Amino acid sequence: MNDLEFQPRQVARKSLGNLWKAIFIAATLLGVLSLATLLYTIVDETFGLVALEFTTPPEELALVPNKAIEDHTSVELAAVVRQALEDGVGTLTPGIVSNYETLQAKPLEQWPKADILDMIYTDILEIEVQETFGLVESLFQKDRITIAVAEEYPDATLIFRSWMSGDFLTGDQSSLVLNAGIRSAIFGTLWTIIIAILFAFPIGVGAAIYLQEYAGDTRLNRFIQTNIYNLAGVPSIIYGMLGLALFVRALEPLTSGEMFGGVDPVTANGRTILSAGLTLGILILPVIIINAQEAFKAIPNSLRYSAYGVGATRWQMIWHHLLPASFDRVLTGTVFAVSRAIGETAPVVVIGASTFLTLDPTGPFSKFTVLPMQIYTWTARPEAGFKNAAGAAILILLILLVALNLSAILYRNHLRKTKEASS
Amino acid sequence: MSLPAIHVQLRKKHRPLESVIHGFLFFCAGFSILITTGIILTLGFDALRFFTNDGADLWSFFTGTVWEPQIERFGILPLLNATLMTSLIAMLVAGPVGLAIGIYLAEYANRKTSGILKPILEILAGIPTVVYGYFAVTAVTPWLQATLGVDLVEFYNVFSAGLVMGILIIPLIASMAEDALAAVPRSLRQAGYAMGATKLEVSLQITLPAAASGIVAALVLGLSRAIGETMIVALAAGAGSKFTFNPFQGAETMTGHIVRISGGDISYQSVDYDSLFAIALLLFFITLTLNFFSRKIIEHFREVYE
Repeated sequence: MNDLEFQPRQVARKSLGNLWKAIFIAATLLGVLSLATLLYTIVDETFGLVALEFTTPPEELALVPNKAIEDHTSVELAAVVRQALEDGVGTLTPGIVSNYETLQAKPLEQWPKADILDMIYTDILEIEVQETFGLVESLFQKDRITIAVAEEYPDATLIFRSWMSGDFLTGDQSSLVLNAGIRSAIFGTLWTIIIAILFAFPIGVGAAIYLQEYAGDTRLNRFIQTNIYNLAGVPSIIYGMLGLALFVRALEPLTSGEMFGGVDPVTANGRTILSAGLTLGILILPVIIINAQEAFKAIPNSLRYSAYGVGATRWQMIWHHLLPASFDRVLTGTVFAVSRAIGETAPVVVIGASTFLTLDPTGPFSKFTVLPMQIYTWTARPEAGFKNAAGAAILILLILLVALNLSAILYRNHLRKTKEASS
Repeated sequence: MSLPAIHVQLRKKHRPLESVIHGFLFFCAGFSILITTGIILTLGFDALRFFTNDGADLWSFFTGTVWEPQIERFGILPLLNATLMTSLIAMLVAGPVGLAIGIYLAEYANRKTSGILKPILEILAGIPTVVYGYFAVTAVTPWLQATLGVDLVEFYNVFSAGLVMGILIIPLIASMAEDALAAVPRSLRQAGYAMGATKLEVSLQITLPAAASGIVAALVLGLSRAIGETMIVALAAGAGSKFTFNPFQGAETMTGHIVRISGGDISYQSVDYDSLFAIALLLFFITLTLNFFSRKIIEHFREVYE
């Protein structure tokens, strides 16, 4: 026997193989685990116990029996306020109320419910969120929390609260986290996304048709194609800077509505829905183009030749054959791009979404905020409760995105089925 | 019996609409060039205006270690350093993990497993970045502080932001690496097996080197993504520029600075405002260069097997 003997070392090599396989699986599980932890964190923050402190206990209010304070109507709440004034509950005086009424230019009874609630919370109950707890500890360690809260905040009441609720969804913005809602952010998101789609979809699909069906292999066309790939990789914040310089500042007469005489007196600058929509449109344009190109590439050439064979012009072929045949893929590609636009935050912050809005956006020239912006501002606030509200807003944002993508996939499958049935 | 006379016009019909449509479609495609020009012009114009200010020459911009607009000190290094630190930490997480997931999906996972895993990765990739930022400050930072101690880890710190950014980039690297590995011809693998190699040896010594260029491209693109990422660092990495190499301290990145300053009320005539465009221009060129190289590497790699 000499040293050159072949040594397969099968056992060692096999166990090394198994070790690495375990490492690969562990890495994959780590990815899955991070998604699970992320979702867990959001749900955990959205529901849970809240330690509230009142200067005036709510029992002293003349509420309708067996009805939670949030469920009262404006008129009922106004009655509660008037009764409190009469009884001298809280620090509110009739003078302050009539001052507010003059400011709002209408009597208490006609105020939006959220405004009256704000007044009751801040001026009568003087409610304050001291600490919030996650869902899991609220469920399994309630005793510990009760003891800890009793020690730290002797006057506090512990209630279980779902931060995501109907009132949260439809409520006004409010500086009081207990009373804050995201209605105007949802409207803002819808407005900006619609403008982004109206702008980016026709141009994006047009560009994809040109590049896929018309463009020859020239220097210019290759340059356009490379340029589109490069644009797809530009960080979103750069688009925000472009939007700030171009739409907000340079094109202010257009984006503020001045040119059309539709100036919102509150918004005499370019930080409007239109600016945000156009910026987001430019941002998703490369994604729409690339996805639509992929959709056209998937259509076999035989379809094109058979149209040309019966004498169709190029546009007739595109309009009557290529577009219907590739519509499902173009649609899913666009939904993917739109989902990205819905979640974009950085460009919207740079353009100047409002951190606080008292009015819903009414048109392209309104001031605005969007859901991700709301999440960002709430997450950045240190006071107790805002992270929970942000969690609830995230949950709604994610539900919106999932619903959008799911319906696109279902619609695509439906289209494919009818296509198969007809062919 | 005579045949009826048929008049066939064989000349191409004049169709002006076809040319109009052609022109419009060309405009749509050319619009992307307008966007690029717009970016370069708007960023360049304001950046130029910035460099005409006192204390803002190119030399001190690139070598200064203090970024304090209030006292007219504009050195980009603290911001650039924070950007590179978060990106490096992100790549240390996303590189190995993403690559391992890519190898697992391409070489080990059967159809059913990858049918479950891929949608999970897609969901992870589709979650808005502000949500990741939220995750960093509500879960990861408290966890870091609890395990490593509050004395060591500041609440706003570079490490937490980098870690979460890594999670964000994992799907990108995993799917690009998987594509690169899947593009390696079967014959190479089979040759390996015929020589008696184990699956690991085939994966690491044959497939991986063969797909190396695609994987490098994935890593470069991931790095570019990390450098341009904004919301995670804006929420978790801290406000205020700081020149530090300690990952457990807070330090503002380039993108984080732009978001914080432009989010407040800012006058269009101020140096602060112009300085943001100088930062953005630098950011644009860094990411553009990285993306360019990533694409070049991929193009090269396609030529080899097709």
